[in-house]
Amino acid sequence: MRRRLAAAALYALLLGGAVLTLAPLLWMLSVSLMPAGEATALPPRLLPSAPTLESYRALFTRLPLARAMLNSALLATAATLISLAFNALAGYAFAKLRFAGRDRLFRLLLAALVVPGQVGMLPLFLMLKQMGLVNTYLGVLIPGLASVFGIFLIRQYCLSIPQSVLDAARVDGAGELRIWWSIVLPLCRPILVTLAVFTFMGTWNDFLWPLIVLSDEDLHTLPVALASLLGEHAQDVELMMAGSVLTVLPVVALFALFQRQYIQGIVAGSVRG
Amino acid sequence: MRANPAWGFVAPALAAIGVFFCVPIAASLALSLTDFDLYAVADLGSLRFVGLRNYARIFADPTFWTALGNTAYFVALGAPLSVAASLGAALLLQSRLVRWKALFRTLYFLPVVTTLVAVAVVWRFLYHPRVGLLNRVLGVFGVPPLDWLGDPALAMPAIIVMSVWKNFGFNMVIFVAGLQAIPERLYEAARLDGAGPWQQFRHVTLPMLLPTTTFVLLMTLIGSFQLFAEPYVMTQGGPGDATRSLVLLLYEQGFRWWSLGQAAALAFVLFALLLALTLAARAAGLLQGGLAGERRP
Repeated sequence: MRRRLAAAALYALLLGGAVLTLAPLLWMLSVSLMPAGEATALPPRLLPSAPTLESYRALFTRLPLARAMLNSALLATAATLISLAFNALAGYAFAKLRFAGRDRLFRLLLAALVVPGQVGMLPLFLMLKQMGLVNTYLGVLIPGLASVFGIFLIRQYCLSIPQSVLDAARVDGAGELRIWWSIVLPLCRPILVTLAVFTFMGTWNDFLWPLIVLSDEDLHTLPVALASLLGEHAQDVELMMAGSVLTVLPVVALFALFQRQYIQGIVAGSVRG
Repeated sequence: MRANPAWGFVAPALAAIGVFFCVPIAASLALSLTDFDLYAVADLGSLRFVGLRNYARIFADPTFWTALGNTAYFVALGAPLSVAASLGAALLLQSRLVRWKALFRTLYFLPVVTTLVAVAVVWRFLYHPRVGLLNRVLGVFGVPPLDWLGDPALAMPAIIVMSVWKNFGFNMVIFVAGLQAIPERLYEAARLDGAGPWQQFRHVTLPMLLPTTTFVLLMTLIGSFQLFAEPYVMTQGGPGDATRSLVLLLYEQGFRWWSLGQAAALAFVLFALLLALTLAARAAGLLQGGLAGERRP
């Protein structure tokens, strides 16, 4: 009997938590489907009287959200591919190749994590301005070309690759790059997927840096476009909610697909204690 | 002698990190000692060395102290709340009496993957005094409508609640992993000694989870110091200066007023704060070895 009661209390807490967690997201979805003005009319409604895609249509036809979506997709894909290549090369080398000062260098990289990203932001902006990269896709991509977190994640995974496999390939006369491409990368597939999902979502969700680098509206990513939309359309609640749904939906879908890899990545990135 | 091929592997990443991360940090230090402003953006010739004057100006500026106070408020209240929510959720999910754990874990984790700017837009309306969801729910319980983001006393707590909602799932999965790593035999031994559920929690779970907790708390504290997008989208730092954070101030100094020298000095003040926090935690023995995964192979 006491066990039943305890279980009921646990479920009540869990369900309460789930309601609190989901309510803002479901409300966003519901309001985004309301006809214009319904969300701010009194008495307020929880659900649309007649669901409509009006706000979504407005975002795509009257407002530049389709373009922003394309920019976000393009930038997130490019950032993912580039950083996978850079980090997989370096992560493998830090785990399996020998070179002078390897471990000291790696520890130095980890120590660099202490420096918050905002510190170098201003000179980086000036640097990119000198190079003519402000207001370009490349300017957005540059700070994420390689990341200490990515190198770390790949290195830890590569440590478990048996040395004998690599040595056998060397005996067969395979070059180092060849070994990396056709032996190491296939073995690293799970961690590469994890890192890819992380990078894609991180780039998609990033706000501060694209806000600084991109002034041209045609290049805005979704978060930047959404924030600037808020400037003119703060009163159009349905419209803003539809914009939020469009921004959030792709990453939520991606998470649904790669949930296991994503959560493993978090745990692997914080294995201490 | 042939060059070691390993350098070819690390060179692209190291060059990228060196040129676009390390060099700007050093340059930032130099920048913080100059009067780099809008004129210097146009013509570098007008740049002057001003020593530590930018730092002196920051410490004499009441807005800086307000922003520091706001940030400290957010960190001191938000980070422990967020970690407590994470731990609570992880403990619930860990209970043997509960089924559909994976489903609940996914639901709780959902806010973490959402785009901060988008959910900040959503919460802005959630907090709307007249039609916002929150006041309507509270109204059912007879609470009069509150102007959450318009009242200087409520705006920061409102941002804290939103950010706990957004982030607790992240630390939750770390706690779940930590809980799963506690050997079952410890609980068995405790039960044999007659320990009830509370005593098991108090004398087995909590001590075993302590390293995870301190690590998670420190990382959350550091992350919280970088508060930016929530006030940028939800309050623009207002009402008054009630939610102006250090990074928001930095952004405004740098990219609205183009006082880059001043902003760079502010960035170093922020860095010094975080460094002090990390070193203090390490000195107190809370963070053996330092960073995530510095564990030797």
